[in-house]
Amino acid sequence: MLGLNKKDFSLLIVVAALAFFAPIILNIFPKDSALSFFNGGYPDLMQRFAIFGIFAIGFNILFGLTGYLSFGHAAFLGVGSYAAVWMFKLLSYNVVPAIILSVIVAALFSVVIGYVSLRRSGIYFSILTLAFAEMSYRLAYSVLTPLTNGETGLQVYTNDPQILKGDGPSVPHLFGLEMRARTELDIGPWEFTFPVGYYLCAVILVISFYIAIRIFRSPFGLTLRAIKSNQNRLRYTGMNPKPYMLTAFVISGMYAGLAGGLLAAMDPLAGAERMQWTASGEVVIMTILGGAGTLIGPILGAGTIKYLENVFSKMNEGLLHQWFSFLPDFMEDGVIWVVSKFTGEGWHLMLGALFMIVIIFLPGGLIEGGQRLMNAIGMGKKKDEQSNSAKSEPAE
Amino acid sequence: MGSFILQILNGLDKGSAYALIALGLTLIFGTLGVVNFAHGALFMIGAFCAVTLSRMLSLSFEEVDPTKTDFLGQPLVVKTPYVYDWFGPEAGAAIIDWAVPLAILMAIPIMIAIGFIMERGLIKHFYKRPHADQILVTFGLAIVLQEIVKANFGANPVPTPAPTAFQGSFDFGIWLGFDPNIIIYPYWRMVYFAFAAVIIGGVFAFLQFTTFGMVVRAGMADRETVGLLGINIDKRFTIMFGLAAAVAGLAGVMYAPINSPNFHMGMDFLVLSFVVVVVGGMGSLPGAVLAGFLLGILESFASMNEVKSIIPGIDQIIIYLVAIVILLTRPRGLMGRKGVMED
Repeated sequence: MLGLNKKDFSLLIVVAALAFFAPIILNIFPKDSALSFFNGGYPDLMQRFAIFGIFAIGFNILFGLTGYLSFGHAAFLGVGSYAAVWMFKLLSYNVVPAIILSVIVAALFSVVIGYVSLRRSGIYFSILTLAFAEMSYRLAYSVLTPLTNGETGLQVYTNDPQILKGDGPSVPHLFGLEMRARTELDIGPWEFTFPVGYYLCAVILVISFYIAIRIFRSPFGLTLRAIKSNQNRLRYTGMNPKPYMLTAFVISGMYAGLAGGLLAAMDPLAGAERMQWTASGEVVIMTILGGAGTLIGPILGAGTIKYLENVFSKMNEGLLHQWFSFLPDFMEDGVIWVVSKFTGEGWHLMLGALFMIVIIFLPGGLIEGGQRLMNAIGMGKKKDEQSNSAKSEPAE
Repeated sequence: MGSFILQILNGLDKGSAYALIALGLTLIFGTLGVVNFAHGALFMIGAFCAVTLSRMLSLSFEEVDPTKTDFLGQPLVVKTPYVYDWFGPEAGAAIIDWAVPLAILMAIPIMIAIGFIMERGLIKHFYKRPHADQILVTFGLAIVLQEIVKANFGANPVPTPAPTAFQGSFDFGIWLGFDPNIIIYPYWRMVYFAFAAVIIGGVFAFLQFTTFGMVVRAGMADRETVGLLGINIDKRFTIMFGLAAAVAGLAGVMYAPINSPNFHMGMDFLVLSFVVVVVGGMGSLPGAVLAGFLLGILESFASMNEVKSIIPGIDQIIIYLVAIVILLTRPRGLMGRKGVMED
């Protein structure tokens, strides 16, 4: 169906179902119960799940398929955000032109950066993309202030032209449907929120996922995998890998721009810090954590990281004391001292450690972990196609 | 002319830091073939060695001085650093004042130990893995290290002053026959440059004139053959990793007075040092040093107002532009060997 085989179609259905019922699944614990702490169903967080899912899917098309590790993808996200906010400033708060423009601008950017960076491979490619991203970040902070509003961040002011605005709403909207509008649903002790903004992101996420599946299964995707496993052999067969790689780079840049546009559509503000190279590092971490080269891995990774970020950074010492109060006093203090280093402010320590553990022990990410688990308990089938593609190969 | 010389001088201290970090990165890449994203974190740890030592030295015990009262009329609590007690107030004050140079002594064993642990405990397992994995695991390590430092020292920069003898500036222009106040240069930056020169000279001399260095150079050229000759090259490379960590750490210790250490200073320098390594040529030690100074000086020229008025913003991006041009026109870098990582 839809040009997919049965397995891929069911994967798509699973992702779509997860995306559409996320407000319910993520708020599975009743509002007043102790476990409600682990609920993740706020509009803001769910939007980030979807947006960074899109970002990671795009990154995976480049890194997972061709093996080229870009350390500058946040630049495209940032450019997309700026483009979207400019559309808000010039036209109106309608998100459609904003998102379209952000994809186009990111595509243009990635054509230029990709054309230059892809002339080198391996570590040189990583450093080139890193250099380009840092350059964009620094320019956005300094000389390009008229375009980017420097440190303040680009935002919409009341005296902006907004020529198409008329008497439309003055928050981002989709043909009148405000992004921040939401429907609340109370069933007994449960409380669910269905935000409009999230559903826009979710629909786009499912569409992007569909496109990604098509790319993975197409001859084009196969060529990209061939590039990853052995570029020289590909050349001997008379194929020039460069145009294919550039296309992959541009596609993944467009995905990043789309994510940036959506970020701006949820909150009409764009800052240069979105382009910093640590932000690029974050999408790398997401993709690898989930499982580079697999279809669903990046979404899983993005969701896991954003969810853990949310849960761990709101754990404070008071809460920990409450949780560990069953332990004897001396142990309680010790346990809390250790745990508090990894939670709250220390969330990044947790992230770094988690990332290292995944790289060292599970190069295939959570997906590989799941498969190993399945194999261990004897439920898994023989390694299928996905786990083969999960093995990361050097880009040389 | 005066401002020309001033810019060269200004470039030297930043260039020294770039050169030292890039030297360490190249040592690691040249010997072990590993791209170490955690090298900036080693630089940062070095800087925090200086912070730690100056804090340790000023550890004080409290005494109630009954003869004096504070502004509330209660007996005054006097804090006296232990070193005052041990060495007498004058020598004690001098020791505290010289905390940063003294930290060198502390940093060397610490950094070498960290280098050994890193290589034996983590990086050893990544020789056979692709470069991408090496980049990623060291990137993760860099995050962990910087977060540990942040948890212990807080997120704000910690001012770490230079010894009073080296505070203030020196009128360099008079020496060269210019009018006073044209070329003013802080003493500590001169010290930093001299220090960097000594370290770089030391590393090169070590590699050039000792048997150990000769074996290491042979190993860099052809690891397998050296191994076949019955030399335990892995052990020597581990020592080189420790040395590279020490070089980065010392660069950090001495940099603390120039720029108050904060937990992300390593990441800030790391990106630039990579660019320096690439411009100099992957695996080429003289190239790394040359490119470090060259880029430091270029950066300071680009921040001159005359230049900025012609090309606005050039000071922010000059290093990256140079790197891009070099990578596209001469991928092996200024002094890289032919055929090393050229594609």
